[in-house]
Amino acid sequence: MTSDAHTLAHRIRRTVIEQSYRAHVGHIGSALCIADLLAALYGGVLRTGDGPDRDRMILSKGHAALALYAALEASGRISRATLDTFCADGTALGAHPEHVVAGIDFSTGSLGQGLSIGAGAALAARMQGSQRRTFVLLSDAEMNEGSVWEAVMFAAHQQLGRLIAILDLNGQQALGYTRDVLDLDPIAERWRNFGWTVEELDGHDVDVLGERLDVEPEARAKPRLIVARTTFGKGVSYMQSRIEWHYLPMSEEHFSQAMEELEMESAAEQGARA
Amino acid sequence: MRAEFAAELVAVAREDPRVVLLTGDLGFAVLEPFAQEFPDRFFNVGVAEQNMLGLATGLADAGYLPFAYSIATFASMRPYEFLRNGAALHELPVRLVGMGAGLDYGHNGVTHYALEDVALMRVQPAVSVVAPADAEQARAALRATLDRPGPVYYRLCKEGAPVQGLEGRFELGRAVLLGDGRDVALVALGNMAAAAARAAEELARAGISATVAVVSSFNPSPMRDLAELLADIPLAMSIEAHYLNGGLGSFVAEVIAEHGLDCRLVRRGVADMPRGVTGSPAHLYRHVGLSHEQMAQAAAETLDLVHR
Repeated sequence: MTSDAHTLAHRIRRTVIEQSYRAHVGHIGSALCIADLLAALYGGVLRTGDGPDRDRMILSKGHAALALYAALEASGRISRATLDTFCADGTALGAHPEHVVAGIDFSTGSLGQGLSIGAGAALAARMQGSQRRTFVLLSDAEMNEGSVWEAVMFAAHQQLGRLIAILDLNGQQALGYTRDVLDLDPIAERWRNFGWTVEELDGHDVDVLGERLDVEPEARAKPRLIVARTTFGKGVSYMQSRIEWHYLPMSEEHFSQAMEELEMESAAEQGARA
Repeated sequence: MRAEFAAELVAVAREDPRVVLLTGDLGFAVLEPFAQEFPDRFFNVGVAEQNMLGLATGLADAGYLPFAYSIATFASMRPYEFLRNGAALHELPVRLVGMGAGLDYGHNGVTHYALEDVALMRVQPAVSVVAPADAEQARAALRATLDRPGPVYYRLCKEGAPVQGLEGRFELGRAVLLGDGRDVALVALGNMAAAAARAAEELARAGISATVAVVSSFNPSPMRDLAELLADIPLAMSIEAHYLNGGLGSFVAEVIAEHGLDCRLVRRGVADMPRGVTGSPAHLYRHVGLSHEQMAQAAAETLDLVHR
């Protein structure tokens, strides 16, 4: 992975903090959490563009839309001016993504629907003889939805090899830790038993993510799941692994501290790579 | 009706490579001809209606014309939100086929009676509802709606005796009028058209002239046709194999109220959840007051009141 993906990850985090502070909205921790995943995808993995053979990406955990907008802005799909309308009156850039926005294939926001749509998209691609891949980014809380398991079974049965699910395993959901609400363990084993190829990765290692997400799958093979172990609120100390930051907006003090921490981390990272 | 619809779908699939058929593991002795002729375009997705509608969304987005088949209750309710956030929101041509309008599933009991599907679908502005009156109209309706850009919900029956005079006429958003009686309008939804026509014959024998208005679609809905019809008829009776609220009866009430018509409305439908009662459809329709004799009698009695 190039340093571009690292820069992109930092830029996504900064945008998430700036925009959510400006709009005074929550879902910040969920968005920060997938910054590295999106940086890997939009920083080199996804074949984008407008052609029919572009890869599809479905943010099934739609409540992290701000991170997606940030990635789309950084990769030139939407303008800075559009990004600046996030959660403003009349904008299409709400807290959950809509397909009317450039670069967004499917509207999401109701958990448990993205993988089914992705399976349909992957099935269609195979029927059409297209090489395009379908990526679906799921939340771990989303595993509570029975419909996810319908899609998991279908994709395995149909051997949808070009369907790649990414599970953002941050261990949190709206009102508690997943182990306390509805324990998911052993999640990788469960998917394996359903017929998927499962790989467990550090969800913040942009280089490894980029490498492992970009493998060229067979059209007819086990579908792949990347279990991405992540830290909720990654990059902002007071948000990390804290339930309340699923919903809370930031105060001015929160905002200043968050920006400071992100800059420090970015500088440290650049230093380490230099 | 369902056999003819399935046969027409096979014919359409021969002409249109976009057609894909998904089923939630239902359609025994109905879908086999399609499955045999188009094995690459037929998917039994298992008993998983939510996933079926999600798949249909992904397929339609890629250019396919997916038909998703199940029993009407399972087709309309279990994956409802998938239809709303999928095909409706994305304006994709998903075709949801619900088998067993009203009490069609007789002995199978209440879990199989589709009594609220029209209300649920009609309330979604982006979803067209098609409830054919007989087999011939079902074939015509399938053809007539092929190129609708958004989702369509088809409400089918197993059998469907031909409705005299209908001759397969179908136009989305229009009502078909049978007869030109001016005493009462029998406004019938889909599979109740045949009973309504028989009720009209009963009424004629009693010297009451009726027009039967066959309503087979919503979104677009036959607002204008019904407003014109009911402008100079004192009594309308809505007849539907459906709960009283939210379906055809509610629609006719909307037409009358919004046009300020001087027309009394009597709604005939299923008033309560039919708990603990199964039987043949004929028995059940009589049980809930939807036999043609009961409807004719009710119309005559109400007309008496109207004229008193």
